[in-house]
Amino acid sequence: MNFWLDALIVLVILANLRVLGASRLDACIKTVAFQGALLGLLPVLAHLDSLNARLLFQAGISTFLKAAVFPWLLGKALREAGLQREVEPFVGFTTSLAAGVLFLGAALWIGVRLPLTDSKAAAALAPAALFTIFVGLFIMVSRRKALSQVLGYLILENGIYAFGMAFAEKQPLLVELGILLDVFMAVFVMGIAIYHISREFDHLDADRMSTLKD
Amino acid sequence: MTWALLGVPMFCGAVAFFLRPHGPRRFLLVAAALAHAALTLQTWRCLPAPVLLGYLELDAAGRLFMSITSVLFLAAAVYAVGFLKESRHAKESEQEDGFFFDNAPEAAFTGGLLFFLATMTLAALSQHFGLLWVAVEATTLASAPLIHYHRQRSSLEAAWKYLLICSVGIALALLGNFFLAVAARNNPDLLMTAKELVGNARTLDPVWLKAAFLLFLTGYGTKMGLAPLHTWLPDAHSEAPSVVSALLSGALLNCAFLALLRVHAVLSAAGLADFSGGLLMIFGLLSMAVAAAFIVGQADFKRMLAYSSVEHMGILAFGAGLGTAAPAAMLHAVNHSLTKGLLFLTAGNILAASRTKSVHEIRGLLRALPFSGGLWLLGFLAITGSPPFGPFISELWILKGALDARRGLLAGLYLALLAIVFTGMSSAVLKMSQGEPSEKLQAVPKTSLWRLLPPAALAAAVLVLGLWIPRPLREAVQEAAVLLGGR
Repeated sequence: MNFWLDALIVLVILANLRVLGASRLDACIKTVAFQGALLGLLPVLAHLDSLNARLLFQAGISTFLKAAVFPWLLGKALREAGLQREVEPFVGFTTSLAAGVLFLGAALWIGVRLPLTDSKAAAALAPAALFTIFVGLFIMVSRRKALSQVLGYLILENGIYAFGMAFAEKQPLLVELGILLDVFMAVFVMGIAIYHISREFDHLDADRMSTLKD
Repeated sequence: MTWALLGVPMFCGAVAFFLRPHGPRRFLLVAAALAHAALTLQTWRCLPAPVLLGYLELDAAGRLFMSITSVLFLAAAVYAVGFLKESRHAKESEQEDGFFFDNAPEAAFTGGLLFFLATMTLAALSQHFGLLWVAVEATTLASAPLIHYHRQRSSLEAAWKYLLICSVGIALALLGNFFLAVAARNNPDLLMTAKELVGNARTLDPVWLKAAFLLFLTGYGTKMGLAPLHTWLPDAHSEAPSVVSALLSGALLNCAFLALLRVHAVLSAAGLADFSGGLLMIFGLLSMAVAAAFIVGQADFKRMLAYSSVEHMGILAFGAGLGTAAPAAMLHAVNHSLTKGLLFLTAGNILAASRTKSVHEIRGLLRALPFSGGLWLLGFLAITGSPPFGPFISELWILKGALDARRGLLAGLYLALLAIVFTGMSSAVLKMSQGEPSEKLQAVPKTSLWRLLPPAALAAAVLVLGLWIPRPLREAVQEAAVLLGGR
């Protein structure tokens, strides 16, 4: 346990709350990128005394993707889609934040009860990871824009990544890279889909795409 | 061998992406499908050695599911040649400026099909749970753009739903992977491969193992189309070009099923078969019930086929969950894929001739399109479990498994749901087939051989499997069932 790790976990939690309260899409994109960068650095900070090349390599790639490539892709999709920069939530910002506080409470409650752990880092990280997962799922269902749903997916992915950092650090590098490649491809394909949606429909509202049903 | 199975579709897909002229690209598609099928056939002679520390290894279960994929892909590739020749892309003339590439849509489509094959092969080959997850997620990403080939609003909506729902579902399966790692924390040297985990299943923490299975069931169950997580499936299957629908239904859903069963095998070895098998049975029957409810009175015949896929995934989960019927479920996976491939490809022919997906606007198929109409009727009889076709044998075998396990009540429910689906589909299919050709079916263009031979070949295979099951296949389903947690 060290000071930097503590600070990082607090920042991850604050980033979640900021996404819940932010009204502009580009602010959300930046916050999610910031959160991704923090989580990319996490394995380095958690193992400051036992650094090795593999760890640095993995952290470097992950940080580069989450802090530079994803926001660039999403920003491009946002610009192509024109001037639709408001988040337009189904659930208001105040309510969202209140829900966020509830999620945080629930995450702490569950997180400290998880029957584990030998490492102290994991004990502090588990609630933050769970909170991030909850917020990701909440953003996906409570926001109207298709782009917000991609952001929700990224937050969810961040949370799961943090959980993996806490409990399953021994993933082989190959699998780790495979997962990163998949997430990258997912954001890429979703970006293309958003581009097509904005061209076809002249809007990005996922809830207005509802012709298919039984 | 293992590398070739992955490399051939991967390489050909990359080439197809940049190949401009239509002729050679279509040839490449069929050639790659043939090469993949030949390599797959070779694995039936002897299984290739594991590569990459045993992360990639073809076992009897993986071979069975890869063979299904390979056969279906070959049929789809031949069909795709006819499909691409006839349906010239609507917007091909007006140069589309893409988000990243300005590729001819057909080149991207062909490349995407081959990448899709590569990812499904990877899913069948993966023994490592992390790699398996990577493969299953990759199948989503490779297939989502294929759904949007016709560039219609509805197909875009379907692709978006598919992409999001499946990505979130599969993200939960990744969490399941981590839970599995936590369950194995008492044994830190354990590799996360199926073989190692099954071998050391008793050392795993049962609470975390159960939690992991719930997450895997949600994640891979979404991808497999188990109710109530099937919502993406009818949209994607009905809006995709029929050749893609056939692959989604016959090959992709099986990949998710295989992934789920690999976890089920670990739980079975840990003595938790009642827990995981019980959940599989519940969700299997629930899927059958939901599908039955939507098949009755369904007005869109491709959606009807999609719900039939939900139903059959339910049958597979039910059979695998029973334990005693696991080999029957394996056989049913083969039968369902071949039959559903036949039906979707035929539906594509009907759609091309009539330009409508509405059941009510089509009458007199047998007169207007004698060959496709005949295949349509035959496929309907096969998929609803009528003798003498393959699905009849496997569905009967699953019923026998249920009775052997003294699950009389569930067996009764299973039979009742099969009967409801039969009635629901028969009223639609018989109305479409008989009578005078309706307005939409006047003066239909001739269907090319490219589009008739693949479904006909699949129909022949379904018929043969109903009369005679070759010995290698019989042994393979038994072996696969043992590997995947059956008794």
